[in-house]
Amino acid sequence: MKKIASILILVGMFMMAGVAFAEDTAAPAAAPMAVAPAATEAAPAPVPHIDSGDTAWMLMSTALVMLMTPGLALFYGGLVRRKNVLSTIMQSFIALGVISIQWVLIGYSLAFGPDVGGVIGDFSLAGLSGVGLAPNGTIPAQLFMMFQMMFAVITPALISGAFAERMKFSAYLIFIVLWSTIVYDPLAHWVWGGGWMMKMGALDFAGGLVVHISSGVAALVCALVLGKRKGYPAEPMIPHNLTMTVIGAALLWFGWFGFNAGSALTSGALAVTAFVATHIATAAASLGWVLAEWKHHGKPTVLGAASGAVAGLVAITPAAGFVTPMASIIIGFAAGVICYLAIVAKSKLGYDDALDAFGVHGIGGTWGAIATGLFATVAVNGAGADGLLYGGSGLLVKQLVSVAASWGYSFILTFIILKVLDATIGLRVTEEDEVMGLDLTQHGENGYLM
Amino acid sequence: MKKIETIIKPHKLDEVKAKLIDIGIHGMTVTEVKGFGRQKGHTELYRGTEYKIDFLPKVKLETVVPEELVEKAIEAIIGAAYAGQIGDGKIFVSPIEETIRIRTKERGKEAV
Repeated sequence: MKKIASILILVGMFMMAGVAFAEDTAAPAAAPMAVAPAATEAAPAPVPHIDSGDTAWMLMSTALVMLMTPGLALFYGGLVRRKNVLSTIMQSFIALGVISIQWVLIGYSLAFGPDVGGVIGDFSLAGLSGVGLAPNGTIPAQLFMMFQMMFAVITPALISGAFAERMKFSAYLIFIVLWSTIVYDPLAHWVWGGGWMMKMGALDFAGGLVVHISSGVAALVCALVLGKRKGYPAEPMIPHNLTMTVIGAALLWFGWFGFNAGSALTSGALAVTAFVATHIATAAASLGWVLAEWKHHGKPTVLGAASGAVAGLVAITPAAGFVTPMASIIIGFAAGVICYLAIVAKSKLGYDDALDAFGVHGIGGTWGAIATGLFATVAVNGAGADGLLYGGSGLLVKQLVSVAASWGYSFILTFIILKVLDATIGLRVTEEDEVMGLDLTQHGENGYLM
Repeated sequence: MKKIETIIKPHKLDEVKAKLIDIGIHGMTVTEVKGFGRQKGHTELYRGTEYKIDFLPKVKLETVVPEELVEKAIEAIIGAAYAGQIGDGKIFVSPIEETIRIRTKERGKEAV
């Protein structure tokens, strides 16, 4: 019965989108004017046109960001016990299926459709109605839609680190559809789709608020609502394959060039600025984490180097198009140290964020958003603003407001979604299934035959 | 006939096997096992949390030998596996009632 209920809810979601689509087929083919604040670098063209260089880079970037989700699957997959490797990989991989369709049906419209009161887009682009090949900026509107789709896909997958090894697969599927629709799409609208944060002037180059704070805070709520894994923390729950995790981290680093430099939406100087900042901050963060744990615990671990790199990628995401290379070193190095300390604190606080999705994305994203308010400078990007260290105090206030709003919104809405799902279909697998492992009990497979 | 079971550090296996073959022991069974004795475990470090690992990887080697080879076998194993440290391992000797080779149905010493 529960399975049927889950399927019905999923079908219902898609039907809703279908209705909206049917209603709006007659809508004018207005290309969404949503462009990340940074994208104004391109010279204002009198007539909208498609630039082949920009289009080539954005096609590449879209594919790079797509690769991050399987990268995340490996990163998380190596961190769990071997009996849960497939279920963990599946939670990331299936997001490519589920959220891609959600995005086409309603997600893109809610995020980038014509603004309704500064909080959400309307349904006029549902089913990609009117989203054609006409330019949005200097690239075809469908390419912008695809690029943004990859962000929408990876964000709920990031949360899965919090409830790894214990969440029911059916509940997970419904959770990510609801979460994307209710939390991600509005947030993307606030920041990039012409919503209130964009109008206020908060800076989020590639998704520190939309992707990392939203998913990181949701991860914390998930860890609190679902509760600890059976046996945590008395029983050691040790990563079963760190080589897999390091490959995943490397793929994330690689794909993140598309995530951040692609967020320029052009292939010019701004993309290079973001590319450079991304790499430098990641390198510094990897070092920061390793040095912190070396000093604190006496050993420089490989997992620390990989985790630090991800923390750096997260932290530089909102800042990538607004900061200098030297500022990137500081932002990255601090991210490595701060996220390490956050995770050490977690073991003292006792909640079971299994793979530290909150510690890395929530804390790293928050640091990055604040750091943008400190280090941003118009010398790097005229479309940005000056941070506190460059004499502007207004930006930091806007950043803090946007951080608080993203935290609050994601926290409350994620909590409500989880409580509703828990009361209807249940969130956790049975204790027996948890002991057996989710690979066998949820998917009927084993990761390894050895 | 006696069964000699010995638990040793994994990296000593090749040396022990070679010494046993040298004294005329032709067959043995090896299993990868985990356990602890006086050596206790060690700690591992993941993202700043230390985990106590009680069970250490060891190799268990079993072989059945005629009475006259028991002492030689024990000497051979000690000679190869000894490092003078906690964790070198143990040897257990126990009587075997009967041995049968399935292919020929031979019994006793002939079957070993």
